[in-house]
Amino acid sequence: MVQLTLPKNSRITVGKTWPKPEGAQNVRKFQIYRWNPDDGKTPQVDTYFVDMDKCGPMVLDALIKIKNEIDPTLTFRRSCREGICGSCAMNIDGINTLACIYGMDEIKGDVKIYPLPHMPVVKDLIPDLTHFYAQHASIMPWLETTTNRPRKEWRQSIEDRKKLDGLYECVMCASCSTSCPSYWWNGDKYLGPAALLHAYRWIIDSRDEATGVRLDELEDPFKLYRCHTIMNCTKTCPKGLNPAKAIGAIKKMMVERQV
Amino acid sequence: MAYLTDRKRAEGMGSAKSGTAHHWSMMVSSVGLAILIPLFIFTFGPILGSSHAEVVAYFARPFPAIVAALTIAASMMHFKGGVQTLIEDYVHGMAKKVTIILMICLSYAIAATGIFAIARIAL
Repeated sequence: MVQLTLPKNSRITVGKTWPKPEGAQNVRKFQIYRWNPDDGKTPQVDTYFVDMDKCGPMVLDALIKIKNEIDPTLTFRRSCREGICGSCAMNIDGINTLACIYGMDEIKGDVKIYPLPHMPVVKDLIPDLTHFYAQHASIMPWLETTTNRPRKEWRQSIEDRKKLDGLYECVMCASCSTSCPSYWWNGDKYLGPAALLHAYRWIIDSRDEATGVRLDELEDPFKLYRCHTIMNCTKTCPKGLNPAKAIGAIKKMMVERQV
Repeated sequence: MAYLTDRKRAEGMGSAKSGTAHHWSMMVSSVGLAILIPLFIFTFGPILGSSHAEVVAYFARPFPAIVAALTIAASMMHFKGGVQTLIEDYVHGMAKKVTIILMICLSYAIAATGIFAIARIAL
């Protein structure tokens, strides 16, 4: 049965409140989820105060400032700081997004930051994405061909290349999949919006010769058909992509080859 | 469990090679109900509040009786598919199988009862 409440060891308690910066005029309050696997405690929400006059505009700027100047134990992933690597995906102000491209001016009141929902937490804001990545690998995210020629590049028309727009831009940040209730309840079997968007990216690639095999692999009540068009994935995607539309297109192809 | 690879967990038991038939049947029954429900409302609505004899006479006519029977049949087939998906979403293990069987039985029972009642009035 679906677990609608958090298990005892995951219930969040009030954590430490860190001192306000001295002499700061423009202070903003941050409430950040903390969990350390080594201290034996349940998760807590720590409160930090950041001098916004000395901080960059994005949520990631504030997190880096907190880590550098207030609490070096705060743990989160980040790399490119421009929405390309997908490392800093987290739940900010109730929305799964990338901290590096989410402006603090978009948030009213306190800034509340949690890890991506319904994933095992490694530490603080770092979710364990092992299964998510393995699901991505399972959809064969590469060009699959059986024809030997051409030996060099495989050409593609401008029209066919255009079909990949809105798909290839996915950075696998997991914001969409972890916003999907179907993925929360059946993530062990349901591939989730990110993997399915990637699956569709290869299904409609004019150069790929494994379309049938790919569709065969997705022909499953759980792998594909757990999508109930809830649209959380599309609403939350920090890159403005539409995984729900891609999943709909896969379902349409499934029907087309049978009916 | 601890020694399974990540890929093995992700692959699970592989594709069941089914799902589209269920999806298509839900689409077909949705389209059917989009037509039948308004028809049912407009045929059943006017007779609401009438006497027993008037209702029996009304449903003895072919069109209201056929619309009502088709609405019951299509809605129960749609309910059967929908509730199965819903149970698969939220209930796991043996409870899932038992609940699905019960709900399928309930769907057929409601459909049979409704169609029998209409047939008895109409014929």
